[in-house]
Order: sequence, then structure tokens, then C-alpha cells
Amino acid sequence: MDDLVLAMLVRALAFGTPILLAGLGEIYAERSGVVNLGVEGMMAVGALAAFAVAQSSGSPYLGVLAALLAAALVSLPFALASITLRANQYVAGLALTMLGLGVSGLLGKPYEGAPLAHPLPEAGFIVTALLLAVLLWFFLQHTYGGLVLRSAGENPETVDAMGIDVYRVRYAAVIFGGAMSGLAGAFLSLAYRPSWADGITSGLGWIAVALAIFAAWHPLKAVGAALLFGALYHLSYRLQAAVSPEFLKAMPYLFVVVVLSLSALRKGPSGAPESLGIPYVRGERR
Amino acid sequence: MTEPDALLTLKNVTKRFPGVVAVDGVNLEILPGEVHALLGENGAGKTTLVNILYGLYPPDAGDIYWQGRPVRIRSPQEAIRLGIGLVPQHPLLVRAHTVLENLALGMPRGFLLPTRGLAARIAELTRHYGFRFDPRAPVWQLSEGEKQRVEIVRALLQGARLLVLDEPTSVLTPQEARELFKVIRRMRSEGEAVIFISHKLDEVLEVADRISVLRKGRLVGQVTRAEADKAELARMMVGRQVSFERRKPPVRPGAVVLELKDIHARSDRGLPALQGVSLRVRAGEILGLAGVAGSGQRELIEVVTGLRRPERGLVRVLGAAPWSGKRPRIAHIPEDRRRQGVAGGLDLAENLLLHDYARPPFARGPLMDRRAVYAFAREQIARYRIDPPDPRTPARLLSGGNLQKLILARELHGDPPLIVAAHPTYGLDVGATELVHELLIERGRTGAAVLLVSEDLDEVLALADRVAVIHGGRIVGEVPVEKADREQIGLWMAGVEA
Repeated sequence: MDDLVLAMLVRALAFGTPILLAGLGEIYAERSGVVNLGVEGMMAVGALAAFAVAQSSGSPYLGVLAALLAAALVSLPFALASITLRANQYVAGLALTMLGLGVSGLLGKPYEGAPLAHPLPEAGFIVTALLLAVLLWFFLQHTYGGLVLRSAGENPETVDAMGIDVYRVRYAAVIFGGAMSGLAGAFLSLAYRPSWADGITSGLGWIAVALAIFAAWHPLKAVGAALLFGALYHLSYRLQAAVSPEFLKAMPYLFVVVVLSLSALRKGPSGAPESLGIPYVRGERR
Repeated sequence: MTEPDALLTLKNVTKRFPGVVAVDGVNLEILPGEVHALLGENGAGKTTLVNILYGLYPPDAGDIYWQGRPVRIRSPQEAIRLGIGLVPQHPLLVRAHTVLENLALGMPRGFLLPTRGLAARIAELTRHYGFRFDPRAPVWQLSEGEKQRVEIVRALLQGARLLVLDEPTSVLTPQEARELFKVIRRMRSEGEAVIFISHKLDEVLEVADRISVLRKGRLVGQVTRAEADKAELARMMVGRQVSFERRKPPVRPGAVVLELKDIHARSDRGLPALQGVSLRVRAGEILGLAGVAGSGQRELIEVVTGLRRPERGLVRVLGAAPWSGKRPRIAHIPEDRRRQGVAGGLDLAENLLLHDYARPPFARGPLMDRRAVYAFAREQIARYRIDPPDPRTPARLLSGGNLQKLILARELHGDPPLIVAAHPTYGLDVGATELVHELLIERGRTGAAVLLVSEDLDEVLALADRVAVIHGGRIVGEVPVEKADREQIGLWMAGVEA
């Protein structure tokens, strides 16, 4: 019995790791004031870049690096549109998801079903994710850079008045969020599977977005939330025999709806950054 | 001629914006250890001048000298480095963060937050000036006065030798304002210079050593306090004679129009905001509701206008509940003009019609008669002197005063029996304020019941027939205006019950 519980916990951790990695990235982007709904797309790009580079170079570590860079790179057009050009963040994010899924699906065709010579252990990613959660919490709460990041998401006018470039802060946070999504993708294609398939992210990116809200934008709470989601995900995986596959495919989205409804029911302030989703314009009447 | 020991000298400083000269050839000298008031109406150029000093805009012409040396102030950082600190009218603090975090944000940057050393310096400064606030408290818990003190501490921590206070008393109770004046005097005695920006004559006369008056961007006069004369200053400010004591002529109040009995309501945060409010306003009467911001005024207004259902208690407007279909029209002049008062993207004519769009002559069946609409709009615009006078101007382009005129024109049309006015002159210049006061008095005289909610005690005392004070969601005192005592009302506002 204990073995079963332990095994379940380990599986929940493994399922929760990509959600946690991408969710931490999204927490940073959102704490700076930018909602990035492109997580799913950035994750897919990261997964493909990691697999392609790892396979052709033979080094999975180069693959991880490629995932970080590629996902950060695809977040740039989103940052440009939503921060500099002040486009609607939600629409721009959805576009990024479609772009990422489409591009990775197209470029990934030759790698479908190919084997990977040197996969990475899941444990490495799991430990990294947990360490990152602590480090990112510390940075956010106890460093000057973290304070500036949080302030940009609350009252960007104040940050501006202190002579700090709000746009630069938000760009940095969005690009960092992209790299974290890429890392989550690398976990999928280098350790968890380890292989490439179109649709490898299977909605995990959306759950990462929900995680940011469910964890009240707090990196440490994100760990617990990721465990919960991981456990639920594992459960639905177990139920594969009993439940129709169409229903299982809809599960991640159902999670999101349920979790967001539950968060909305919570009493008191949600902890959402005050300027979340609002493009910053100097001296604007709003 | 530059006095050798002037801290700051402005020579012929000019700033133009498209279509206006906001600051026009201003010469000014600030001496160390003086409190220098800049007096002027809204739009006189005070804020533009401050923004130039604080490096937010460069002047188009003219020179600035700091301790006799010519300087260019290109950013707030350069202003801070010189020793110019700004306490803005609306605090620039991150509400979700603690006082300490907010102050750390303005300090030289390291990797880690400088918590301990900074806390000690803050404690020293707050002790010195007799401030009391907890540096670990989140800013949203602080009162407006406390937030202002945090801004002052921030400027002092940054090493300000010239402190610019922009309309500092607009959000304070009389007691808090008096505390602020004490702090200003203390700073002066230590050689700090203070620029005190205001449009309130009394407080300028109370605190300033020298007074410079701005009108339409020009410096129109400069006097020392000893030679200052209130009526003369007012004339300089507005360019014509102003009457001060204009009280509403007493009328014999008629039937009860608004009745509140034991109202309990919660705020948006779910906290008790109104805890047993009972009030009555009769026809022909102005009831002035005074109180510090956040004492329950917003919720009370929302209950009266039918925007918020109370948890308990009775609200009747001429016998009907305000959210029922039978209630008479209530004129609501809301606190937040831009967001609640108008639809910014719609034009003036459309905004004027938000109540009456479905009635003839504006509606013909399901269609709108555009000719009638625009004829009506032009008439109202002329009557209320709204500028720009083109009925097709989007409302969001209007200045605060004109926006308020637009709202008044719409809300007062058709002589509603009840008028609820929330901070109706906040941020308006003397001209627009006079118009608002005239209109409210006029409507009161012709039989409307007026509930006037204001943080400006002078306004309440000048207009109201009765004054009630709200604190912590309860009416803590109520008095006819002829028996009202400013001290007593101040105490009530601070929560000391009758």
C-alpha cells in the first residue's frame, strides 16, 4: 500500500514538473503585468528544439539549451506586440500558442517516432524545478530586481517615476517565462517521453496558465498546486481503460475551468497583480 | 538679478503645448529655509512648472539655476540627484507592497533589498518628524495622510533639500493638514526649502513665507506673507473679484425626499461599510455629508442611487426604493467623472442623452431623431458653457471642469427631485467650482433635495443647510450649519463621537 502511495507521489511529481516549470515562468510574466497565453505554443517549440538538437548533436544538454533559447525567441514577437505595441495580451497570447503549435508540428514531421540515443533522467528535471521554485521565490521577495518586477505588475507608473524602464522589466519577464516554458518542453521530449510527437504538450501549457492563478502568483504555492494537478493528471491517465479517450482529451481544459471557478470563489483579494493584462502607457488616463 | 544664496532660480522659463502656453516666461527664486507657495487655479501652470522642475518635461525656453549654477534637469533621477524631492498629489506608491518595500524602490540599487539598514533610517526620520506608521504595513491599509507622509519620508531619504508638495491638503482632514503644516515648519527650521502648491488661500496664508501667484501660465504677483491680503490674492488668481461667504439662503424645507433608516451594507471587499446609517433630506434642503475618504461615503451613495443593495435597512426616495421601477429620477453626480460619469468614447450629444434617449422628441419609434438630439445638445452646451462647443467631440477629450459641466447638464435636466453629488468640485478650478455651487444652490432653492458628499469642509460649510459627519460607516454627528463648529466637525471626522 505504501509503495503504491509512493509510486503515485513520484508519478504526480513527474506529471507536475512541466506544469510547475512553465507555471513558474508564467507567474513571473504575470507578476510583471503581462498575461501570456502562449505557454502551450512556447512549450511545443521548446520540446521540438530540444529533441532535434539532442538527436543531431548527441548531447541532451545542448538540447535543453536549444529549448531555452528557442522558446525565449518565439516569445519575442508576443512581447513586441503586447508590450511595445500594446496589443491585447490575450489575443496576442492565443496567436503565439497557434504559431508555436503550428511551427513545431510542421518542422517536427521528420522527427516523428524517431528514437533518442541519450535521454535525460526525469529526476534531474524534478529536482531542478523544485530548486527553481525556491530560488524564484527568494528573488521575487528579497531582491531589488524582484521588487521592481512585482511593482511593474502592480503600479507601473511608480516604477516609471523611479526612472526604471517598465517595458524592459516586462520584456525580461516575458522572455524568462518563454525560456521556462521551453524547459518544460525539453522535459517532455528528452526525459518524460522521450521522443517527439505532434501535440506532445497535450494541454499542459494551459494548465500552467491556470496554475499561476491557482497558486495566487506565488512560486512556493506553485509547488503544491503542481503536485495537485500532477496527481489529477496521473489519475486521469490511470482511468484510460475505463473512460473514453475523447473525454480524457478534454480533461486538461476541464481542470482549468474547475480550478479557475474555485479560485474565483475564494474570499478576499485574489492576489492578482493590480495592472495584470493592462498595457502600460506613460501618462495615460485610465 | 539673481540673489547669490538662492537655492533654485528660474529665469524666463516657458513651456508650450499644442495650442497653449502652459508656462509663460516665469521668473522665480527659492531661498533655502523658505516655504514658497505657488498659488493658482487649475490650469494656471502650477503642475507644468512642477513637472519641469522634476525633469518630466524640458522647458522650451529659459534657464534653471541650482545654487547659482545653470542646470538641465532631464529626468526625475537628475532632479533627485540635485536634491529636489516631489510629493505628488496622488501618491505614487505600490498599494500591494509594504511601506518598506516602497521606500526601498526609491533607494540606490543593490542585489538584495536593504531591509535592516533602511528600517533604521526610516525609524530615525519618522521619530524626528513625529510620524507614526508601521513600515511593515501594506500601503493599501494606510490613510491618505499616512501615504503622503511615506512620500515625504521617501523624498527625505533621497536627500531632498527642496521639497515640492503638490496640492498636499486636498485629501487630508483639517487635523491632518495641521499636522502637515507642523512638519513643513519643522523642515523650514532645518534649512529645507519647500514649494507648496495650492489653490486654497487660507492654507497658503497659514503656512507660506512668500507667495507667488500664477494665472494662465504667467507669474502675476509675488508677496510676502506679511503684506498678503486674501481678497487681493484671490483677485490676482482669477483676475476678477470673488465672493467668499456665499451661503445658501435658508429655505423652509418641504417634504422628506430621501429617507434612510438603519442602513447596513458591505463594501466590495465584503467588509462592513455602513453600520446603521439613518438620514433624511427634505425638499429645498442641502445636506452636507463630511468625512475622511473611505468612511463609507461611496457605499452610501451607491445605496441611495440604487447601485448597491443594503443588507438591512430602509431606503426611500419619495416613498419608493431606489432600485424599484417606481422611483423618481435621481440626479447622480458621481465621484469618478471619467469612468462613472460619462461614456468617454461617445460624443457630447450622446452623453447628454443617456437618460432621455428613449423619450420624445429624441426618439421616434425605435429610431433616434438626430436633428432633435443635436439641437438639444447645442442648447445645453451653450447654457453650461462646455468647451469645446462641438457636440461631436468625444467626451473623453474634455478637461475635468468641462466634463463636470457635461454631467451636470445631463443629470439636472428635467429637474429631478433628488440630487446626489459626490465630491462635485474635486480638482476643479475656481470658475467651474463656482458654477457647480451656483447650480446646487439654485436647485436647492427651487425645491430639490440635495445630498452633498464632500471631503472639502469649506465647501460643505458654504453650501449645506445641515452638516452630517460619517466615520467608520456611521453618522457620528449632525448639526445645522449655523451652529456648526469647524473644530467639532474635525473631531467627528477623526471618529471622536458627539
